[in-house]
Amino acid sequence: MAPTPDDATAPAPTRGQLFAGFFLVGISGFGGVMPHSRRVLVDRRRWLTDRQFTELLSLGQTLPGPNAVNMAAILGDRFQGWLGAVIAVFALVSAPLAVVLMLAQVYAHLAHSAPLARALTGVAAAAAGLILATGGRLALRMDREVWSWALLVLTFLAVFVGRLPLLWVLLVLGPIGLGLGWLSVRREDRGSRPEVAP
Amino acid sequence: MRPSLGGLFLRFCGFSLMAVGGANALIPELHRQVVDVSQWMSSTEFASLFALAQAAPGPNMLITSLIGWKVAGIPGALVCTLGMCLPSSTLAVAAGRLWDRYRESVWRRALERGLAPLTLGLVLGAGCHLARAAGGGWPTALVVAASAGLAWRSRWNPLLWLGGAALLGAVGVLS
Repeated sequence: MAPTPDDATAPAPTRGQLFAGFFLVGISGFGGVMPHSRRVLVDRRRWLTDRQFTELLSLGQTLPGPNAVNMAAILGDRFQGWLGAVIAVFALVSAPLAVVLMLAQVYAHLAHSAPLARALTGVAAAAAGLILATGGRLALRMDREVWSWALLVLTFLAVFVGRLPLLWVLLVLGPIGLGLGWLSVRREDRGSRPEVAP
Repeated sequence: MRPSLGGLFLRFCGFSLMAVGGANALIPELHRQVVDVSQWMSSTEFASLFALAQAAPGPNMLITSLIGWKVAGIPGALVCTLGMCLPSSTLAVAAGRLWDRYRESVWRRALERGLAPLTLGLVLGAGCHLARAAGGGWPTALVVAASAGLAWRSRWNPLLWLGGAALLGAVGVLS
């Protein structure tokens, strides 16, 4: 990619620095690492500007797969090629995986402990609330168009009420969303003033 | 029936490519496959594994690692994690290299705009699935609502009330 002159960004990290950076992102975020990865990648390490981070985030979210892992792969590749991508993903995932497997071993030993099972029920309920809040907030920030709300509700009903296989849902609603998104982008472009490059 | 490691890997490769909108958007499908179709665990166990994944730091895809662990131990966890990361990361690297070329493409913007409602529908579906899987009566529902309200309104660290909810559960308020 063409390097954008920007005094906010530090020189491209080495492989070791990539590992250290994503290791830090991995071990310090709870309930998803997005807010934390911004702090590390933009504020502390200065590998990206805020705008680059937002762009990378939207790309990572558009692609299938775990968002944070996608971002690590793209960024690792951008700085150090495919080996960089492997290093960044490994650094991000390995330590949390080790921690969660240790927790799982403890859980297996205490599986018959009623207080532990009930505590996990509490955490699961709270985590469900967290996810609902995240989804709700993003939904309110979405473009206020009738079709996007209809598509959101339809997707929700398909997976939650209908319990339909995700693959079908994606194969049917995905192209519809893409088509409607295309129409909406076209309409917007025609409606707006001739665009001035930012 | 317990699957082979190779079978697990392929299945999670499929999940990886279906996770449009991230790991949380995949939860309704994971729940359907793991609990309803394959019957590897009960709905309550699924919710417990999700709670465990929340108790560890890191990306929220760890629920897939724990499903692998539940089905086939540590090798299962490794295989599922790899399956969940490999196809999507490969695609991400390819897309990242093309990214600049299509920066202003109408199709890229259409994709972002058109998939956002799907993603959010899936994420909200995931939240409702987990709330239902957590079980319990109105006290549990109250915890879901309170947590959503706190996440919406306050700037506190979610660990605070995740811990609080664990405590409430442990002392038996939620059963």
